[in-house]
This record gives sequence, C-alpha cells and structure tokens, in this order.
Amino acid sequence: MSGLRIRDLRVSFDGFKAVDGVDLDVAPGDIRFLIGPNGAGKTTLVDAVTGLVKASGSVHFGDAELLGRPVHQIARMGVGRTFQTATVFEELTVLQNLDIAAGAGRSPWSLLRRRTSVPTVVSEALETINLTAQRDQLAGTLAHGQKQWLEIGMLLVQDVRLLLLDEPVAGMSHDERDATGALLGVVSRDRTVVVIEHDMDFMRSFARTVTVLHAGKVLSEGSVAQVQADPKVQEVYLGQGTRDA
Amino acid sequence: MTSTVERPVSAPPVAPRRRFVLRGPGVGLAVGAVVLFAVAPVALSDFRLSLLAKYLCIAMVAVGIGLAWGRGGLLTLGQGVFFGLGGYAMAMHMKLADAGPGQMPDFMLLYGQLDALPWWWAPFRSPYFALPATVLLPMLVAFLLGSLVFRRRVRGAYFAILSQALAAALAIFLIGQQGTTGGTNGLTDFQGFFGYDLDDPVNQRMVYFIVAASLLALLLIARQLIRSRYGELLVAVRDSEERVRFLGYNPANVKLVAYVVAAGMAGLAGALFVPAVGIINPALIGIVPSIEFVIGVAVGGRATLLGPVIGAVAVAWARTTLSEEFPAAWTYLQGLLFVLVVAFLPGGLASARVLLRRRSP
Ligand SMILES: Nc1ncnc2c1ncn2[C@@H]1O[C@H](COP(=O)(O)OP(=O)(O)OP(=O)(O)O)[C@@H](O)[C@H]1O
Ligand SMILES: [Mg+2]
Repeated sequence: MSGLRIRDLRVSFDGFKAVDGVDLDVAPGDIRFLIGPNGAGKTTLVDAVTGLVKASGSVHFGDAELLGRPVHQIARMGVGRTFQTATVFEELTVLQNLDIAAGAGRSPWSLLRRRTSVPTVVSEALETINLTAQRDQLAGTLAHGQKQWLEIGMLLVQDVRLLLLDEPVAGMSHDERDATGALLGVVSRDRTVVVIEHDMDFMRSFARTVTVLHAGKVLSEGSVAQVQADPKVQEVYLGQGTRDA
Repeated sequence: MTSTVERPVSAPPVAPRRRFVLRGPGVGLAVGAVVLFAVAPVALSDFRLSLLAKYLCIAMVAVGIGLAWGRGGLLTLGQGVFFGLGGYAMAMHMKLADAGPGQMPDFMLLYGQLDALPWWWAPFRSPYFALPATVLLPMLVAFLLGSLVFRRRVRGAYFAILSQALAAALAIFLIGQQGTTGGTNGLTDFQGFFGYDLDDPVNQRMVYFIVAASLLALLLIARQLIRSRYGELLVAVRDSEERVRFLGYNPANVKLVAYVVAAGMAGLAGALFVPAVGIINPALIGIVPSIEFVIGVAVGGRATLLGPVIGAVAVAWARTTLSEEFPAAWTYLQGLLFVLVVAFLPGGLASARVLLRRRSP
C-alpha cells in the first residue's frame, strides 16, 4: 500500500490562490477527512492531485510524482476520485458503468467484442455497493445515494489504490450515511482514502485522521478530538466545532 | 423500479427504448435485407432502382454519422470531405480505365493544359491501389485530423465548424484545379466499371446490388461496434468525457476510432456513388451536402442503428421528389424539417415510435 505525500502545493486562478502552499501526508491505509468552510480549496486540491488543474509543488503517491501528468495517466497509476455531484454514465446500466470502469487496461480486440459474462471484480463490487438488484437498471434512474455508491464501486473495480471522495454522503439519508461509512472501512483495508466532507457527524464516526483547510492553507491536523479541540478550528467554524466537543 | 418513481426528471422511461435498440436492429436488418434484395429490384423500374442506389450511398454515409455523432457525440458536419475523397479516388480510376493503358483521361485532353498525366493520378490506374484507397485515404485523413483535433480537446461547435471549413476547402481546391480535377464539372461521362459497360441496364442493376450489399455490410459493422464494449465506452465518452478520463482512458482515442470508421464508411459511399450516379463533383462534397448528410441522420434518429439509414433515404427521396416540383422551396423545407426535428423530436423518427408506445398503455 502507498501513501500520499503533498509538498508546497499551489493552485491559482487568475492570481487568486485557491490552494496556497499545502503540505499533506496521508499514511497508507488511512481514512483522512479533509474539512473546511466553503471555498477553502478542498475540491481544488483534489483537482490538482488528479491532474484536472495545473498546480506547482509536488504530489507523490508511493514513489511516483503525479503533477504534470495527464488525467488518464494519473488514473492508471491507481488514483481515483468521485465528484461533488455524482457523475455516472446515466444512459448506461449499472453493469455497463462498472464494466467500463474495470476496463481501462483492456486490449483493443476485447473492446471490439461484446461482454459475454460479468467480470468477477464487477459482481464483487455490485455486492459491496449493494446494487446487485439494480444491475441492469440505467444509472440515470438510480436514487441519489445509489449513484454515489455506484461511483465508489467504479473506483473499486478500477482497482485504484488511492480514493479521493468529494462529499460522498451529501444528500444521503442517515442509514445511507452509515452504510457508506461502513463501506469506507472495507475499502480502506487495502487502500488509502481521502474524504472531503462537510458533515461533522459523519466525520466523527468514520474519520481516522482529519486535516482542516482554510483559505487554501492547512489550518489544523490530527485526530478528530485534536482537531475539534483546536481553537483556530472552532473560530473558523463559528461554534460548529464546539457545539458538542 | 421504485427509484424511477422517486426521480421522474432524471429518470425517463428509457427501459423500453433499450429493448427497442437491442432487439429492433436484428429484425430490422433482416426486413431491410429482404426489401433491398427481393422487393426493390422486382418492384422498381431501372430508373427508380438507380435512384435508390444513389440514396443508399447517402445512407452509407449516414451509418457512419450515426456512429460518430449519435453514439460518440461528434457533430461530423464535414463528411463531404471523406465522401469526396472516396468518390474522386474511384472516379480517377474509372477515368483512367476508360482512357486505356498509357492514355490520359478525356477531359485533360479537352482542356489541353497538360502534356502528361499528373504524378498523383498515376497510382490510381491500378485497381489494387485505387480500390483500397477509396476507403483508406479518407480514413488516413480522418486519423491525422482527428489526432490533432481530439487531443487538443476541440469539441462541440468548434469541431463542427472545423469540419465544415475542411469540406469547403476541399471543394474550393477541386474547383481551382480544373486541369487536373475537372473543376466545377467534376469527373463524369464514365463508360465502364471494371470492364462492365455502365450504359447497360443489367450492369446498373449489378451496381445497385453492390451498393445494397455494402450498406448491409456497414450496418453489420456498426451494429457490432455499437453492441461491443467499445460501443458502451463511446456512449460514456459522449455523455461524460471527463469522467471517462478519470477512469484511465484517453477519450481522444475512443473518439478517433469512431471518427476514422465513419470516414471510411463515407469514403466507400463516395466510391460507389460514382458508378451508381455517374458523376462526382465539388458541389456534391462541399458544405451543403455535408449538412444534408447530417439532416437525414437527425431526422431518422441519430442514436439508433437503422434510424440514420431510414432518415437519409427519406430525406434524399423527398429532395428528389419535391425539388422537381418546387425547386426553390426545397432548401427552406429541408431547413424547416431540421428545425422541427431538433425542436420536437430530438431522437428523430426512431424516437417517435417510443413516444407513441409510451403514450399507448
Ligand atoms: N476554475 C476556477 N476558476 C476560478 N476560481 C475557482 C475555480 N475553481 C475554484 N475556484 C475558487 O477557488 C476557491 C476554492 O474552491 P474549491 O471548490 O476548492 O472549494 P471547496 O473547499 O471545495 O468548497 P466547497 O466546500 O464549497 O466545495 C473558491 O473560492 C472558488 O471560487
Ligand atoms: Mg468542493
């Protein structure tokens, strides 16, 4: 298993520093929560790591430098992400979505043929994300929470080693949140997970470590208890952190 | 299926359409084959049958557009280029074959500007070069162009405009080179097609059968591509290119395959158009015909296998019939048709069936 090491990461949009010199280490197998107020630069950080926006500094996953590579190459190096608004292929079935996610390494010859059976990784992922019954349903017809799970399932079959999840439980019911949290536990057994989240209850239940971003910089870092006790964090969250700390 | 009820907006009842897409073409193809090979040759006069051959050539272009645009989201508004390359490659060979060994084509002697055959004409004397070239040349051009364009992430309207510009450029180039390309007149007055006299109605029927068989072959290829894993990937790229990238694919390559295949299909269509219709000229490959190819596909239903073919034949037939009666009105009528389809029936005629079926129960 590999960890993530970010050094002096900077992203600016027309002079506006969205990420402003971030250092971040995530140990292999960790479940790191990345929190912070709106506009803190959380999504931008993930965008930079996955090659979507240009950034300076360095990002290592294992021994490999990620910065400067095109998106699809970073993905092939085992880095996968979800998006703030679930993006699945709505016109394709759940099975087709997963099959595509599993197939980046397929030969041209096998691409040109029909899928004759369900790959084992795909049926396993269907079980893991609890969508076996919806296998042949169009992804566009899934409930919101199910789409989020499908996205996570796509990362599983893609066999990524680093998962970057952008607000995976936004809009989910309580039960769905708990199921997602349990899923994170399973997933992190042999993978490194970074979760962006606003939901503090969810964070308290499932985070192993937490990093707080604010205005493009790291404000605080540590265990859930350490971060919640940090006065700087309490200040930024205007009492949210103190509510039940 | 409870979730369908929960989210009615993002959850159109697409399940029936899927079944239609998967089951339809198998039956549709068989019915189409019977119509093309058994019914049409018996029912139609020689004249009508050769008109149908012309429409079927246009339908071959449409199959490729259905793949690249309908499935891949590439608005290929410049297929005239590939149609033209295939057509001119075939026409050059037929001109040289008519002229006989060592001779120059009649029009070159007529214009009298040249002493010898231009070097780039020479290879087309050989059928072993010319025939493959009708398909491979368009594919090569599409490959080079697509490699440049898709990697730079040129999409949507920009891609469409670029395609149009290319079609215009090729037409203008051909017009300018009258001495070597026949200029505005193009290449015409063919006598033979691989040794068969084209004035003989029997041979015209043979050309019809070649066209019909080629169209069926292209449909089978498109069907295999659509149903393959590649076909699913192509739809994924159409709907969310960025997402596909994050799964480790390079969408540029996925699009390139569809674009190159569509170009090859247009090339073959152009090549067969020449013996079927007896002419190829710049007016058949420029901006206007390029748009007309797409209109037929839009009318028929771009995302289905048979929709583009039916749309292309219907529009081409309407054009012949109506432009005889109201020559001036046709252009407007065609524009109106396109707008109506885009506004009210974005899935084309193929989706009308689904709409009807949806209302009936
Ligand atoms: N493409 C862009 N162009 C210009 N500014 C941008 C761009 N993307 C993000 N920003 C700005 O960068 C800052 C950080 O945005 P980012 O989306 O990373 O925040 P976030 O921490 O994910 O917030 P949220 O919790 O609301 O999702 C914001 O001020 C945002 O307006
Ligand atoms: Mg965000």
